[in-house]
Amino acid sequence: MLSRTADNLFWLSRYVERAEYLARILDATQRLSALPLAYVGSSNEWESAVLTAGCANAFFKQYEEANEENVTDFLAFSTANASSIRSCFELARSNARAVRTALTVEMWDAINGTWLELKRYGNGPASREEFSRFLRWVQESSLRYDGSAYRTMLRNDAYWFSRLGVYLERADNTARILDVKYHLLLPDNERVGGPLDYFQWAAILRSVSALTAYHWVYRDSLQPWLVADLLILKEEMPRSLASCYEAIVRNLDSISGAYGRQGPAQRQARGMRARLQNSRMDGIFQRGLHEYIGEFITENNRMGAAITEQFLL
Amino acid sequence: MSAAFDEMKEADGGVRPAYSELSRWLKEVPPDVLDYRRREAELLFRRIGITFAVYGEADAQERLIPFDVIPRIMSGAEWRLLEKGLTQRVKALNLFIKDIYGAREILRAGVVPDDLVFRNPAFRPEMSGQSVPHDIFIHIAGIDIVRVDADTFYVLEDNARTPSGVSYMLENREIMMRLFPELFARHRIAPVENYPDQLLATLKSVAPERVARDPNVVMLTPGVYNSAYYEHSFLADKLGVELVEGRDLFVKDEFVYMRTTQGPRKVDVIYRRIDDDFIDPLTFRPDSALGVAGLMSAYQAGNVTMANAVGTGIADDKAVYSFMPAVVKFYLGEEPLLKNVPTWRCREEEHLAYVLEHLHELVVKEVHGSGGYGMLIGPAASKIAIEQFRLKLKAAPKNFIAQPTLALSTCPTCVEQGVAPRHVDLRPFVLTGSKGTRIVPGGLTRVAMKEGSLVVNSSQGGGTKDTWVLDG
Repeated sequence: MLSRTADNLFWLSRYVERAEYLARILDATQRLSALPLAYVGSSNEWESAVLTAGCANAFFKQYEEANEENVTDFLAFSTANASSIRSCFELARSNARAVRTALTVEMWDAINGTWLELKRYGNGPASREEFSRFLRWVQESSLRYDGSAYRTMLRNDAYWFSRLGVYLERADNTARILDVKYHLLLPDNERVGGPLDYFQWAAILRSVSALTAYHWVYRDSLQPWLVADLLILKEEMPRSLASCYEAIVRNLDSISGAYGRQGPAQRQARGMRARLQNSRMDGIFQRGLHEYIGEFITENNRMGAAITEQFLL
Repeated sequence: MSAAFDEMKEADGGVRPAYSELSRWLKEVPPDVLDYRRREAELLFRRIGITFAVYGEADAQERLIPFDVIPRIMSGAEWRLLEKGLTQRVKALNLFIKDIYGAREILRAGVVPDDLVFRNPAFRPEMSGQSVPHDIFIHIAGIDIVRVDADTFYVLEDNARTPSGVSYMLENREIMMRLFPELFARHRIAPVENYPDQLLATLKSVAPERVARDPNVVMLTPGVYNSAYYEHSFLADKLGVELVEGRDLFVKDEFVYMRTTQGPRKVDVIYRRIDDDFIDPLTFRPDSALGVAGLMSAYQAGNVTMANAVGTGIADDKAVYSFMPAVVKFYLGEEPLLKNVPTWRCREEEHLAYVLEHLHELVVKEVHGSGGYGMLIGPAASKIAIEQFRLKLKAAPKNFIAQPTLALSTCPTCVEQGVAPRHVDLRPFVLTGSKGTRIVPGGLTRVAMKEGSLVVNSSQGGGTKDTWVLDG
């Protein structure tokens, strides 16, 4: 297939995935900030949301203070922010338009329908209720796109490249939440534990839609190291780093199987999966959770560059 | 201007046979149902993403072309007449292009004046002496037809460059079949859905001779910002060929390749929807970012086929058009089956004098213009507009031709006040490959949505209709 087509599909999926992630962050932040101070402490949840979205620099160039109004506008509706939910959907649509022929009708419908409906929300919500509806709608739109891709695309390179976009973006998103909130997950955090952090942990899980999954996997009350374990090493958890890399390796293998050739991207992916498979939580804590996550984010970016280099130029 | 020919109704108020079922149905169906279906159609178009950009309008990146749900109908006999005439005309056009880039017999015979060809901006000297597979230059032609009475079809314009609109022909039918299954059950309508199949066969049939395997056909688009981008992606999808932009292609050792995820892949046939000016910055416009550097060298070496060939735009010239009856006779020794609209060439003194005297009753067009831009419709123009146009015309008479204001036929159309007659034209699409000429029955009917208006161009607010050719 055309390199440009593959590139467009890859980014189309990334943008949709990113939009959904932003919606989850905003949803979790809204819940946290609604709790009485006694339950969450005095940290500024809205600032933390901006950090988690990875656009703090751009944000503080435009705003003095991170509060509900500014952050909501910036992460959801701003056209100045190239990674706002709106920008993501608009970019996704223009990528989709450029590769109409590579999309199924259902996928085009999903993405075009989302883009048309986006206009209905204008420049922002009239109320918190409406904003909640908006966030749910964003998540549903992403599910619809993802579901149409999964159910209707031919299983060929177009499909594999679009999946690679999903998993690479997802790995990045999960790692970013961990990067911002890591201090809450350290074992020695136990001493400040208690009701205060419970809600923080719950919020982390909620922003990767894993709160229920946690209980099914561990059958335990929330423990910070288990939260970290779930998001980093548990392959059965679809947003964990391990699960994302299992999928990245699988999709790259499908591509090299079809093309009859291996390259640096495949080697890099296998290396990262092996590292995740061979890690234990206590080892990660010993070496430093923050460093581990920081390195992962860098490596994950390299992974994206390797895919681009090998296929998309 | 005499009363326009009504496609549905005879002069005495009776209904023409081809329209009898439709007319009965129109009487049965309540107006609100028609209106509901009209809105449903619009929703479908919007969802499928069929849009059309109009240049020069802010915030109009994507606009819908109005679609009228009442079809335009032709009998089988009418169509066969047209089909013959179209085949003849495109055959002559092909021979003309071949001749002016080859032996130039028509110029030596004095049938067409030299300077009309050599000083024409659409003439490509680079093509002189160039041979193309099977001597076919115009693989896809869109011939604009208007009807003025029961027996008379005029050719209004030849589009031999990169005619567009065929996606609307296909989508209009698709949507009509979805919305009005009962109407289709009452008629026997010749299908059009095999057009992409025929187009692909046509393109493959003109691959360079060196190609032994299945030729690699691609469609070259200027990109998402082009007004016809929807059509490009739609057609590429139906053809099952890659939709490429200039940056996806490169030329090495006079062969064209596309960049794929598996490395470079050779390209054999390019169905290009980019004008000559933009296809190769090394040969034509150096500022073009849409084309492929070196494409012309690969083309001239015969390593890639372009459809349509480079330099066919000269057939779109309206002054060249005025010579078409003579061109048909010159190459084929036959009388043209389709008439030309009588045309005054302002380049000729006597003609110019007549045109200047009769501006208020003529339509004056730029010879290189298209899309309905830059023309004067005398009877509808204000005195000031006419005087302004007179100055333009006097300054550069060669750039203009004039034609009488034709009473384009009308077809019943859904408008705000209900169903009323509106003027229509027709653009059938003529495919020419190594195995001959093929035309799917019908084409794109364009309709001027405003009462009395004769301008059907979508860039000027015209709409489209499904076009039915009845079997038998």
